[in-house]
Amino acid sequence: MKKGILWRVALISVTVLAAVVFFLPNTPLFQNMPEWWTKNLPSKGIVLGLDLQGGLHLVFEVEGDKAVEIATDRAATSIAGALQRKNIQGSVKREGEFVVVTPADTTTRKVVEDMYPSLSLADSSGALKYRFSAAEAQKIKDTATDQVLEIIRNRIDQFGVAEPTILRQGTNEIVVQLPGVKDPKRAVDIIGKTAQLEFKLVDTESSVAAELPSRILPGEEAQFLEKFKGRIPEGDQILFHNALDKETHQLVERVPYLLKKDVLLSGDTLTEAKVNIDQRFNEPYVSMRFNATGAKIFEDVTGANIGKMLAIILDGNVYSAPRIKDRIGGGDAQITGNFTLDEAKDLAIVLRAGALPAPLKTLQNLTVGPSLGRDSIDAGKMAGIVATLLVVFFMIFYYKLSGMIADFALVLNIVLLLGAMAALNATLTLPGIAGIILAIGMAVDSNVLMFERMREELRAGKTPRAAVEGGYKKAFWTIFDSHVTTLITAAVLFQFGTGPIKGFAVALSLGVLINLFTALIGTKTVFDIVQSRGEAKGLSI
Amino acid sequence: MIELIKNTKIDFMGKKKYAFILSGIMSALGIFALIQIGLGNANLGVDFAGGTAVQIKFGQTVALHDVRLALEAGGLKDFDLQDLPTENKILIRVKKQEEKLGGASEVITQVLTAKFADKKPVVDSTTEIGPKVGSRLRQDSIWAVGMATIGILIYVAIRFQIRFGIGATIATFHDVFAVLAVFYLLNKEINLIFVTALLTLAGYSLTDTVVVFDRVRENLKKYIREPIDAVVNRSINEVLSRTIVTSLTVFLSALALFLFGGEVIHDFALAMLLGVAVGTYSSVFVASPVVILLGKNRQPLAPKKS
Repeated sequence: MKKGILWRVALISVTVLAAVVFFLPNTPLFQNMPEWWTKNLPSKGIVLGLDLQGGLHLVFEVEGDKAVEIATDRAATSIAGALQRKNIQGSVKREGEFVVVTPADTTTRKVVEDMYPSLSLADSSGALKYRFSAAEAQKIKDTATDQVLEIIRNRIDQFGVAEPTILRQGTNEIVVQLPGVKDPKRAVDIIGKTAQLEFKLVDTESSVAAELPSRILPGEEAQFLEKFKGRIPEGDQILFHNALDKETHQLVERVPYLLKKDVLLSGDTLTEAKVNIDQRFNEPYVSMRFNATGAKIFEDVTGANIGKMLAIILDGNVYSAPRIKDRIGGGDAQITGNFTLDEAKDLAIVLRAGALPAPLKTLQNLTVGPSLGRDSIDAGKMAGIVATLLVVFFMIFYYKLSGMIADFALVLNIVLLLGAMAALNATLTLPGIAGIILAIGMAVDSNVLMFERMREELRAGKTPRAAVEGGYKKAFWTIFDSHVTTLITAAVLFQFGTGPIKGFAVALSLGVLINLFTALIGTKTVFDIVQSRGEAKGLSI
Repeated sequence: MIELIKNTKIDFMGKKKYAFILSGIMSALGIFALIQIGLGNANLGVDFAGGTAVQIKFGQTVALHDVRLALEAGGLKDFDLQDLPTENKILIRVKKQEEKLGGASEVITQVLTAKFADKKPVVDSTTEIGPKVGSRLRQDSIWAVGMATIGILIYVAIRFQIRFGIGATIATFHDVFAVLAVFYLLNKEINLIFVTALLTLAGYSLTDTVVVFDRVRENLKKYIREPIDAVVNRSINEVLSRTIVTSLTVFLSALALFLFGGEVIHDFALAMLLGVAVGTYSSVFVASPVVILLGKNRQPLAPKKS
C-alpha cells in the first residue's frame, strides 16, 4: 500500500465519527438515548433560526431625547422644591430642553448649581436658562438604554419565554429575539409598554371642565383638542379614558378629562402589583402596593384632597378617576379598566418590572408563525434530497466509476458540513438551507476540475496512476482560487447580513472549506486505495 | 468517456464584438434598473423600502378580490396583494413609511381573521420595518456589494495580475447587472435575500472565470509564438467542458431549490439559476476579452508561477 493511505483513512474516519457524534442531538435518536449519554454529548447541535422555528425578532430604539426631557422635568420639580424651602419667590418651568428659573440672581444660581452641577447655564439675561451638558445628556441616554434592557429582560422573564435573546445594539437600540412565542402581539405589548403610572388630580373648578363633553368617538381627538386650544388653564392638560365594549373589548369611545399636570405620585414607589378578581362583577383588576415613601405621599395626597377626583393614569391614558372619600393609609391602590384576565396579568407584569425610563420606538418587527417554519424545513429537506440525487446521478452518468468516487466525497461533504454546524452550535436558517443545497452543487465542482485534468493527462498518453497524480496536482490551485473567491463573498455576507443571511454565510463558507478537505483528501484516498493493488489498465472516468 | 464537448475549436475572441453588444445591453439594463431602484421606482421589498408585509395562509382557496374588498372596508390604503394560489397563501404589503409601526399589520390580521374565519386563516409571518432600518439595510447592501467587489479584485490581482483582476471584476459586475436587469424586467421583488443571491453568484461566477484564467496563464507560457487572441481561444476551448459541467452541477442544485425549496426561497433560487448561466457566459465572453482589450503585451500576463 502506498505510504500515508492508512493515515488518511484514519483521518477521514475520525472526522466522520466526530461529525456524527456532534450531529446526534439533531436526530430523532437523541430523544431515546439515556440521560447520562445525552448529557455528555459535546454539542447541543444545530439550532433552528427564528425563521424556521417561528418566533419574534424585534428591534427597538430607546428614545433618549425623551429620557433627557424626563430628567429635565425632574430637575425642574426638585429645583422648585428647593427654592420654596429657601423661601425664594420665583418660578421654575421646563421649556424644551431648558429649565428656566427666575429670579435671575446669584442666590438662585447658587441653589441651582449646588443641587445640579451637571446643569450648564445657557443664558442668564432675564431668566436663568439651564440645560444638561452634552456629556451629561449622553450619560442620561446611555443609562436609559441600560435600564430599558434590564427592565425588558425582567418583563420577559416574568412573561415566560424559553431562551430569549435580549441585546443592546449600537448606542440606543435593543434587539429582542423570542423563539417559539405563541402570541406575538401580547409579547410586543409587554415589551413595548412604557408603563408610566401616574396619579393626578382632576380639575373640576375651571370653566373648561364644565364644557367637556362626556364622550367623543375615537378618531375625533384632534378636532376636539383644537376646539379647546388656548383655553386650557395654565398647569392643566386634557387626557382621555378609553371606554371599551364589555363583550368585545374593542375601543368604542374616549372620555376626556381635564387634569392638573402635577404628578402627585408615580409608579416608581410601587413594590407589588398583582391580579385580583372583583367578586361582584367577576372582573379582573390589578392591585398595587406602595413602599413607605409612596404610602406616606398617598396618604397625604388623599387626606388633603377629600372630595376631589384622583385620576390613575398609565402611559397617558386615564384608567379611572375615583372620588376621594377619605384619607387612605397603608399604601394600597388598584387599577380597574374592563380588563381581560391576560391584559390584567400583563399589566401586573409591566408594573412590577417597572416603568421604562424612556419610551421605545419599534424599528423592526418580524414575526414568523410556527407553520411557515415547518413548511420551510420540509421544503428544504425535499429540495436537498432532489439536489443530491440529481447531482449524484449526473456524476455517475458522466464520469462512471470516478463519478461514484466524487459522489462518495459529496456524501462525506454533507455529513461533515452538518457535523461542523452542530459542533459550532451554528444557527440553521432558511437561507442557510439554501446555502447547504448550493454547497452540494459546488462540492462536486472540485472533482469535476480534477477529473477533467485527469482526462487531459490520459489523452496525453499518461498511465492512469500518473493521470490521477497529475490531475490533482494541476487542478489544485484552480480549486483553491475558486474557493477563496466564494469565501470572500461569504465573509462579506456574514459581516453585513442579518440573522437569516448570517446563517447562509456560515453554511456556505463551512461547505466550501470542508469541500477542500473532501476533494483533496477524500477522493484522492479512494483513488490511491483503488490503484494500490497495482497498475490498472484503465481509468473509469 | 462521455463528453459534452469534444475538441472544440470555436473562435470565441472573434465573436467578442457581438458578445460586447449583448453584454453591453444587459449591463446597461442592469444599471438602469439600479438607478430606478435608487429612485424608488422598482419593486423594492419591505426590508428596503420600509413598511409592512403580512403573509396569511388559508385552509381553502380565497379570491384575491374578496381580500382586497375586505381590507379596503377595514380602512387600509395603499397596499398590494400577491397570491400563491398553489398553497392558498396571500401576501399583503403596505409600503407606507409609517413613523409608528404596528398599525397596519394589526389591521390586516384582524380584518382578515374576522372576515374569513370560515376559511381557517393562519398568520404565516408579519414583517414591519421602520424607515430607519430600511435605509440602513439599503446602505449595508451597497457597502456589502462594494466590499465583495474590492475583495475579489484584490485577490484576483494578487493571484494573477491586475489586468485579470479588472477582467474578473468587470465580468462579475456584468453578471450582477444582468440578473438585476432580469429581476427588474420581471418586476420581481428586490429584497435582502435577493442581494444575498447577487453576492453569492458574484462569488460563484468567479469560479468559472478563474478556471479560464488559470488555463490562459498556463498556455501563455506554453505557446509563446501564438498571438494572444489565439492563446485565449485555445484556453477557452480546452476548459470549455469543465466550465459547463461545474456550472451544470450547481445549476442542478439551484433547480432543485427552485422547484422544491418553498416560496420564501423561490426568487433566491431563480437568481442563482440566472446567475450561474450568465456567469458561465461571462467567463468566456466578458472576462477574457476584457483582459485582451487591456493590452496585448503578453510578458507581464504571466509574471511568476504560483
